[in-house]
Amino acid sequence: MGFFIETLLGGLMTGVLYALIGLGFVLIFKASGVFNFAQGAMVLVAALAMARFSAWAIELTGSMLFGNVIAFFMSVAFMIALAIAIERLVLRHLVNQELTTLLMATLGITYVLDGLGQTVFGSSVYTIDVGMPKEPLFLFQDVFEGGILLNPDDLIAALVGAALVAALALLFQYTKVGRALRAVADDHQAAQSVGIPLGRIWVVVWSVAGVVALVAGIVWGSKLGVQFSLSTVALRALPVVILGGLTSVPGAILGGLIIGVGEKLSEVYLGSFVGGGIEVWFAYALALLVLLVRPEGLFGEKHIDRV
Amino acid sequence: MNTKFAHGIRGLAVAGTMAFALTAPSIAAAQSEQFIPLLVYRTGSFAPLGIPWANGKLDYLKMINERDGGINGVKMVYEECETAYNTDRGVECYERLKTKGGGGSLFDTQSTGITYAVMDKAPLDKVPVMTMGYGRSDSADGSVFPWSFPLLGTYWTASDIIVQDIAKKMGGVDKLKGKKLALVYHDSPYGKEPITALQALARKHGFELMLLPVIAPGVEQKSTWLQIRQQRPEYVILWAAGIMTPTSIREAQATGFPREKIYGIWWAGSESDVRDLGATAKGYNAIAIQGSADYGKAHDDILKYVYDKNQGSADSRAEVGTVAHTRGMMIQMLTVEAIRTAQEKYGKGKAVTPEQVRWGLENLDISQARLDELGFGNLMRPVKTSCADHMGSSWARIITWNGDKYETTSDWYEADMSVIDPLVKAGADKYAKEKGITPRDCSKE
Repeated sequence: MGFFIETLLGGLMTGVLYALIGLGFVLIFKASGVFNFAQGAMVLVAALAMARFSAWAIELTGSMLFGNVIAFFMSVAFMIALAIAIERLVLRHLVNQELTTLLMATLGITYVLDGLGQTVFGSSVYTIDVGMPKEPLFLFQDVFEGGILLNPDDLIAALVGAALVAALALLFQYTKVGRALRAVADDHQAAQSVGIPLGRIWVVVWSVAGVVALVAGIVWGSKLGVQFSLSTVALRALPVVILGGLTSVPGAILGGLIIGVGEKLSEVYLGSFVGGGIEVWFAYALALLVLLVRPEGLFGEKHIDRV
Repeated sequence: MNTKFAHGIRGLAVAGTMAFALTAPSIAAAQSEQFIPLLVYRTGSFAPLGIPWANGKLDYLKMINERDGGINGVKMVYEECETAYNTDRGVECYERLKTKGGGGSLFDTQSTGITYAVMDKAPLDKVPVMTMGYGRSDSADGSVFPWSFPLLGTYWTASDIIVQDIAKKMGGVDKLKGKKLALVYHDSPYGKEPITALQALARKHGFELMLLPVIAPGVEQKSTWLQIRQQRPEYVILWAAGIMTPTSIREAQATGFPREKIYGIWWAGSESDVRDLGATAKGYNAIAIQGSADYGKAHDDILKYVYDKNQGSADSRAEVGTVAHTRGMMIQMLTVEAIRTAQEKYGKGKAVTPEQVRWGLENLDISQARLDELGFGNLMRPVKTSCADHMGSSWARIITWNGDKYETTSDWYEADMSVIDPLVKAGADKYAKEKGITPRDCSKE
């Protein structure tokens, strides 16, 4: 029983980490109706920026706390600059084009960011140390043999993820920008016709997605180290947004938790029967099953066309 | 001689186009020049390992040109080709460079995937493939694989040596009986390669082998390490690469598994795998190809003839002497010695063809005295290849991360060939049958 609870907890924690990346997908999709293939590359670039800036800032200030704070704001500025560049160089020229064109553009942005990120920041492994505790905690040792394993860094990541979701939910539901974002997502032309500046909205949403990518990059980067493979983590978040619904922020969280728990339990309890290594495709299988029943995902908006 | 190369850079792409790499053109081959194609991966997931490895290879060639004026007056010319560790790009590099400069002397593909892809082409193109410490383990049988050279050890010999060191720590081989060892492996041909040998060793010594695959690239391993926490194996053998290695060590910490009880394969045993972990990885063991974690006179020569003249390939001279850089040097030393051996037979002071280099590889005889002369005396043990034995040596040592650097913590081990040889024979026979190859009769050569 103790091991089951441990696996369940591990899955929930991993799920929150997936959800952090899934949120980036959801944000862009909500605002532009485009699935942003570049989200993984944005996580990589954001983490690279944070790692390099923090190394410099910590050395300059001699303080890990101040160094990291300075590096965080520098990275935020960097991601906003990146969002502006993407809008100016790519998106602005694709207003009112087919969604497929925008989709392919995000694929192009992926390759550019992957390549530029490594060219500018280098291909070595970098460290982000924000002082997360690494040693595991063993709870309820009196009840379960060996106790229940809990990693404090996962717990902190989960709290950060929850705070981010709350902030984004408020942004979308209760602010003028949030309403504009939703209007743009609904119909570019209609939004423009009532005076919503499409370009500015895209900059805002890509900036917010950039900040979400930065938070995800800091959490994942402090866990794994920062290097090229970080961009592949985004692939693990794909089933999360399929399951939760591409337009729902809470859906990304719940989808993350379901996928996280599902893949861990499946790997541990079913993996040994089929030679192991099933957690990746199990997550996709789970997402596909949901699509059969609810094509818009668990929390996605139902799309109804009048004919 | 003017030799140019450019590091592959990640291509820029617009609107869904693919990334690509650029390499600068190399020099036209001349009779007094020997062309060496260099397949490298300076970008992509495995770049942290690939960069120092590639630098070590380049630096050694530069040093030979500078110190010795080449091999008997024949200068080394070379061209890098960026694979990003992708098999398709590796095959593209192979096709482009195999006939360049009078023929690529030999291909060190730096990837098991690329090796598998070019292995069947090499005999037709008459180009040797050298796979030091990687590739197909049964290709050590030269009677079936005349063009393949897994010099200095394979994943099967590495498996045996790791188990030998574990047994030593447990107090003897007999102590393995009834115990449990886990193999945490990259779920790819590379990661699966040691399974055959470890299963044979498990049968011989009576231990139980847990197999735990990790999906590439290995960024999510929680369920794997939770299973280890539950099953409590005595030791974990880690067949990882790239980001999988530090992630494994971090998860070991997160689940309370002692790092002293983890053994990584050599590709999971470079500084780039553990440097950022620092004290977290303290106690982590890895097998080194021969003595590649030690420092020798060859390093001093690289610094003196290359870095002191501002010709070094690495950004910092501190990279010289690191494990991955030293591996690169060892590979090129073997390449150079194979060419030298071929020249002895086919004409000193002349460039040799890839086919002649193959002969050189098959007739390598690098004694301890010669190793001392080359500056590798404490880094390697003698190597002697033959028609039947394309590996030439299986010596290796165990290294341990002390929180700051690797230390060599074992004496020299040689693989137990009574276990490995039958596996090599069985694998090679199967391959010969599948491909319709008639093995060479090495007793007549």
